[in-house]
Amino acid sequence: MTTSRRTVLLSALLAGAVQLGGLGFAHADTTLLNVSYDPTRELYKEYNEAFAKHWKAESGETVTIQQSHGGSGKQARAVIDGLDADVVTLALESDITAIVEKSKKINPDWRSKLPNNASPYTSTIIFLVRKGNPKGINDWGDLVKDGVQVITPNPKTSGGARWNYLAAWAWANGQFGGDEAKIKEFVSNLYAHVPILDTGARGSTVTFAEREQGDVLLAWENEAYLALDEFGAEKFDIVFPPQSILAEPPVAVVDANVDAKGSRKVAEAYLNYLYSAEGQTIAAKHHYRPSKPELVPAADLQKQAELKLVSIDDPIFGGWAKAQPYHFGDGGIFDQIYKPAQ
Amino acid sequence: MTTAPAKAGWRFRQPSVIPGFGLTLGFSLAYLTLIILIPLSGLVWRSASLGWTDFWAIATDRRTVKALEISFGTAFIAAAVNVVFGTIVAWVLVRYRFPGRRVIDAMVDLPFALPTAVAGIALTTLYSPKGWMGSLLAPLGIKVAYTPLGIVIALIFIGLPFVVRTVQPIIEEIDKEVEEAAATLGANRFQTIFRVLFPGLAPAVITGFALAFARGVGEYGSVIFIAGNLPYISEIAPLLIVIRLEEYDYAAATAIATIMLALSFLMLLIINLIQSRTRKRYG
Repeated sequence: MTTSRRTVLLSALLAGAVQLGGLGFAHADTTLLNVSYDPTRELYKEYNEAFAKHWKAESGETVTIQQSHGGSGKQARAVIDGLDADVVTLALESDITAIVEKSKKINPDWRSKLPNNASPYTSTIIFLVRKGNPKGINDWGDLVKDGVQVITPNPKTSGGARWNYLAAWAWANGQFGGDEAKIKEFVSNLYAHVPILDTGARGSTVTFAEREQGDVLLAWENEAYLALDEFGAEKFDIVFPPQSILAEPPVAVVDANVDAKGSRKVAEAYLNYLYSAEGQTIAAKHHYRPSKPELVPAADLQKQAELKLVSIDDPIFGGWAKAQPYHFGDGGIFDQIYKPAQ
Repeated sequence: MTTAPAKAGWRFRQPSVIPGFGLTLGFSLAYLTLIILIPLSGLVWRSASLGWTDFWAIATDRRTVKALEISFGTAFIAAAVNVVFGTIVAWVLVRYRFPGRRVIDAMVDLPFALPTAVAGIALTTLYSPKGWMGSLLAPLGIKVAYTPLGIVIALIFIGLPFVVRTVQPIIEEIDKEVEEAAATLGANRFQTIFRVLFPGLAPAVITGFALAFARGVGEYGSVIFIAGNLPYISEIAPLLIVIRLEEYDYAAATAIATIMLALSFLMLLIINLIQSRTRKRYG
């Protein structure tokens, strides 16, 4: 009995040693972890392959890129709490700022490290409606017409939903000449037309496309095209409102993590390559708006309609640092909208 | 009267003939501390960083109160439904032999094993107004998905095995002869159930209720898909916690969690008291 038990123990130990050795060996090749938000799944799947090929050709090293996707805020929190990300590619500047402030893992000057405020691609918020646009929804004002149901996620839990909210706010600001009481009334009215508040952008897309709830989905431009591909172009139309918001999803190297792992060089190359002709073309193909459109073949840019895009740095909002607590903080405007009359 | 023995005072250790008390008690306490007490005290400690006034403001905020009402209310209803139907299911599985019994018996455990998000998505697909069940209910004016009723449905799904699995072994212990004896002694079927069978089952049923209820209060994964998540209408307390976390407001999140914990503890304590009462009365 004792001998057999000893053999079992020994073989278990051996197996462990072999596994450890295997791990050590695998470490010779670089592994990058890109922590991203929900709708970029398809984009980074293609980009990672392209970058791995590029990196192999340039340096001879093999790089494996692991992806993690989830709600932008949740992902930021995971990095703060110790998720070993080399780079973050999130939906909101404020999420990266949160990592900077709460964990100091990213240097405060991250926005100036890469071109275009560290946003290799931008996006905007558009409308996805049922085929033929039966409710005649063409502009933000149409969203509050009687009988229109709007599907958008909760800005408290979804980065994309904050852009939806801000786009509506920006439109109302122009409409009511900056009269805050009227803007608030419009936005409150808009959310009164929302029957379901999902927690993330993907959830809302499924609610609208798959469960057939609501008349219009406020969606990321790329998410809307994805819905056409996934659920059938014969079911939906994309409507470009004359004005929307300029969403700049930022990217950054997580300084503390890459320095600890020694992966800074490849992590920086990974983000820089997003600005190359190939990176920009892949972004455009996935319906993001490239920050350097001149590098992209015209055919890939065709679909992107010209609209007036308001930036978060516009005086209406005054940047994320101001807009985030004012609109989405505890007791902020969004909370006030849902506060029932006392 | 004077000869009545003096009431035995509370003593730390009842002498027992079985050895090993000290060791096992020590182990149990250490284990419970490690697994339950330390994480939970961390929770309380973190929310304590708020200060009493802030904590009270969060606790009495209408939105928090409403979310707690929804969470505890739906969990209570779901547990109550499960008690009735779960007991019937357990009864059928134990007392009768029919083809497919083993399959059904195994099926009861599925809600344990299934990731709750999957359950939530499946139920939403079924019960949304365009879904399979939802489209049948919609003409009757019954909306299930995206209402509190949807939450109840999800919690019934999640909680069923808790009731079935606690009641089942107890039913197995009740001899059929007990029923037969009741019948020969002139009890009608109603009396047999409520005067003979139910008293023996009651403690297990109450335990099942408590488990299903506690599980339902904390459930997040499945509810989030079917609830609609509208503040004041179908927003559950765990979602409110997640919202606070998204704001990086850990203190407020833990405050709500602490309130939920305290309420759950209170209710479980009451349920346990009721249970020991019934056990004493019928045992």
